[in-house]
Amino acid sequence: MSDTPHPRRIPDRLDKPLSSAIFSWEALLVVIAVLIFAVNSFASPYFLDPWSLSDLTFNFTEKGLIALAMALLIISGEIDLSVAAIVALASTMMGMAVQSGAGTPVLVAIGVVVGLGCGAFNGLLVTRLGLPSIVVTIGTMSLFRGIAFIILGDQAYKGYPESFAFFGQGYVWWVFSFELALFLVAALIYWFVLHRTSFGRKVFAIGNNPVACQFSGVRVGRIKFILFCLTGLMSGIASVLITSRLGSTRPSIAQGYELEAITMVVLGGVSILGGAGSILGVVLAAFIMGLVTFGLGLLNVPGIVMSIFIGLLLIIVIALPIVWRRLREGRFA
Amino acid sequence: MKNFLKYREIWLLAGIAVLIGLISTRFPGFADPANLRQVFNDTSILMILALGQMVVILTRSIDLSMASNLCFTGMVVAMLNAAHPAIPIPVLIAIALFVGLVLGAINGFLVWRLNIPSIVVTLGTLTIYRGATFVVSGGAWVNADQMSPDFINFQRAAFLGLPVLSWIAIIVIALFFLVMTRTQIGRSIHAIGVNPTASVYAGIDVGRTKFIVFCISGMIGGLAGYLWISRYVIASVEVANGYELNIIAACVIGGISIAGGIGSVGGAVLGALFLGIISNALPVINISPFWQMAISGSAIILAVVLNARGERRQGRIILRKAEAA
Repeated sequence: MSDTPHPRRIPDRLDKPLSSAIFSWEALLVVIAVLIFAVNSFASPYFLDPWSLSDLTFNFTEKGLIALAMALLIISGEIDLSVAAIVALASTMMGMAVQSGAGTPVLVAIGVVVGLGCGAFNGLLVTRLGLPSIVVTIGTMSLFRGIAFIILGDQAYKGYPESFAFFGQGYVWWVFSFELALFLVAALIYWFVLHRTSFGRKVFAIGNNPVACQFSGVRVGRIKFILFCLTGLMSGIASVLITSRLGSTRPSIAQGYELEAITMVVLGGVSILGGAGSILGVVLAAFIMGLVTFGLGLLNVPGIVMSIFIGLLLIIVIALPIVWRRLREGRFA
Repeated sequence: MKNFLKYREIWLLAGIAVLIGLISTRFPGFADPANLRQVFNDTSILMILALGQMVVILTRSIDLSMASNLCFTGMVVAMLNAAHPAIPIPVLIAIALFVGLVLGAINGFLVWRLNIPSIVVTLGTLTIYRGATFVVSGGAWVNADQMSPDFINFQRAAFLGLPVLSWIAIIVIALFFLVMTRTQIGRSIHAIGVNPTASVYAGIDVGRTKFIVFCISGMIGGLAGYLWISRYVIASVEVANGYELNIIAACVIGGISIAGGIGSVGGAVLGALFLGIISNALPVINISPFWQMAISGSAIILAVVLNARGERRQGRIILRKAEAA
C-alpha cells in the first residue's frame, strides 16, 4: 500500500515485478487473451462479426483510459480511489452546462477541466499535507460523488447536443470507434512517457524508494502531484466519453469504475506496492477484461457472474507465477 | 491532564458531543437518551464491521471483501431460514460465523501462503463473493414473508432495556477490547503494524498472524451478514454494495492509521458512531439525505488531516506510556 515502506528485495529489473525467469508477464497476458478469444469465437457464432468486435471495445476503453494514468500513479506508490466519483462530478457539471445551453466544445472543456481540478485537489492533499493517498481519495470519493448527489438529487440530466454524441458513439473509420482510437493514442503517449522519458524513470524510482529519490534531487512531491492531475484529467476525458455514450447523467454514473480500473492495472502486472509495471501490460489487461465481459455477455451470463471471472482471473494470474516458482523450487506451502 | 488530552478517543468523543449539541439546536429531541439509544442500535452493525476491519488495518493490510462477505453470508443464512424455518437462530448465527470464517480464511490463506498483497486479494474476492451470492441465490431475493418471525425478531427483542442487536455490539466491543489489550495476539497485531521486520525478530509469525486477522474480519463479516439481513429483512445481491468503503471510512475517522500499527477499539467504535450520527441526524434536521456522502467525505478528509501529525510518530505507540514515565 502507499506510503508504507515495505522491506523488500531490490528487483532485478525495474519493470518486471513478479515474473519468473520462464515467462514475461506480457507474454502470459497475450496467451490468456488469445485463449479467451478462441473460446469466445467457438462459444458464440456472433462473436467474430466486425461490428460485434467493435462493440466489445466499448467495454473497456473508458475504464482503460483511467487505468493508463492510474498505472503511473500506482507505480509511484500512490493510489486514487476517487476516479469514478470524478467521472460523476464532471458529468454532473457537463449536465448543468447543458441546462444553460452550452455547446459541445464548452462541454468537453468543462469535463476535462473539472477532472483536472479534482485530480489537482487530490494531489494537493496528498503531497502538501503528506497524507496517505488511499485515505485521502476514499474521502474525496465520497466528497465528489456527494456533490454530484447534492446537485442532481434523484433526477437525471438529459438533452445533450447531437454533435456531442460523437465522442461516445462515433466511428473514425468503418467499425473503428473514436473511443478505441483515443484509447490507443493515449496508450502510446503513456507508453512513451513511462518507458522512454526521464519523467517515467523518476516515476519508477519514486515507487522503489521515495526517500532516496528525494536525496538524489528528484522533486518527489511535484511528480506525484502531476500524476494525480493526470489521473484526474483522464477521468475527466472518460467522463466526456461515458456521458456522450449514455446521453445522460445520473448520480450513480460510473459506479465501481475505480475498482475495475485498479483491477486492470494490477492484472497488467503493475505492482500494487509501487516501483514496477508496464503500459503494455495494462493495455493487454484492459483488452482481456473487455473480452471476458463481452464473451460472457454473448453467452447470456449475467453481469454479476462475470465479476466472478474477473476476480478469479485477477487472483489466479497474480498467484500463477508465485505458485510456479514455488513448485520449481520444490517448496510449495 | 496533558497526557489525558493526548488520547485521540477523547478528541473524538468531544467531536461527537459537539456534533450532538449542534444537532440538538435544530432538533431538541436528538440528545434524548431514548433517541441516542436508537442511534447506537442503528450504528451497531457498522461498529462491529469497523472492529473487524480495524484488526486487519492494524497489520498493514486491508479487507475490501467484507461487504461482499456480508452479502454472501446473509444470503446463505436467509435461504437456509426460508427453506428450513425450524433451524434455531443460535445455530444460524453459528453457521453465519462459520461461513464468514471460511471466506475470511480464503483471503488470509492467499495473503499468508502466496504473499499476494491484501488489497489485490480482497479486490478479487470482493467481486467473487458478490458474484457467488448471485450463483447461490439464482438472482432471486429472499423477502420478509419468506423469513421466519424468529429470524426477524431475534435482534429486536428487548433485553434489559436494549435490543439484542445493541447487546451483540456491546459484547463484540468488549471481546475486541479484551483481545487487543490483554492477549498476546492483540499485542502481536499491533507490533506487526508498527514494524513487521522487528516483529519477525521478536519471534512473531507475521504471516500466520495476518491469516488470523483475516479470519477474524471474515467472521465479523459473517455475523454482520445475519444481523444486516434480519434487520433490513431483505436479502439480495445488492445488499451492502459499496459498503466496504464506509467501513474503512469509519476506521479512518476513528484514527486508525492506514499505514498500520496505530489504532484502538475505542477509536473504531467512535468513528462508526460519528458516521452513524450523521446519517441519523440528516433527515430529522431537514437536510436532504443527498448531503450525506459529501458530509461524510469532508469528515474523512478532516479526520485524516487532523491525524496527520500523529501518524508521523509511527512506531512509538506501544512505548508511549513508558516514554512518558
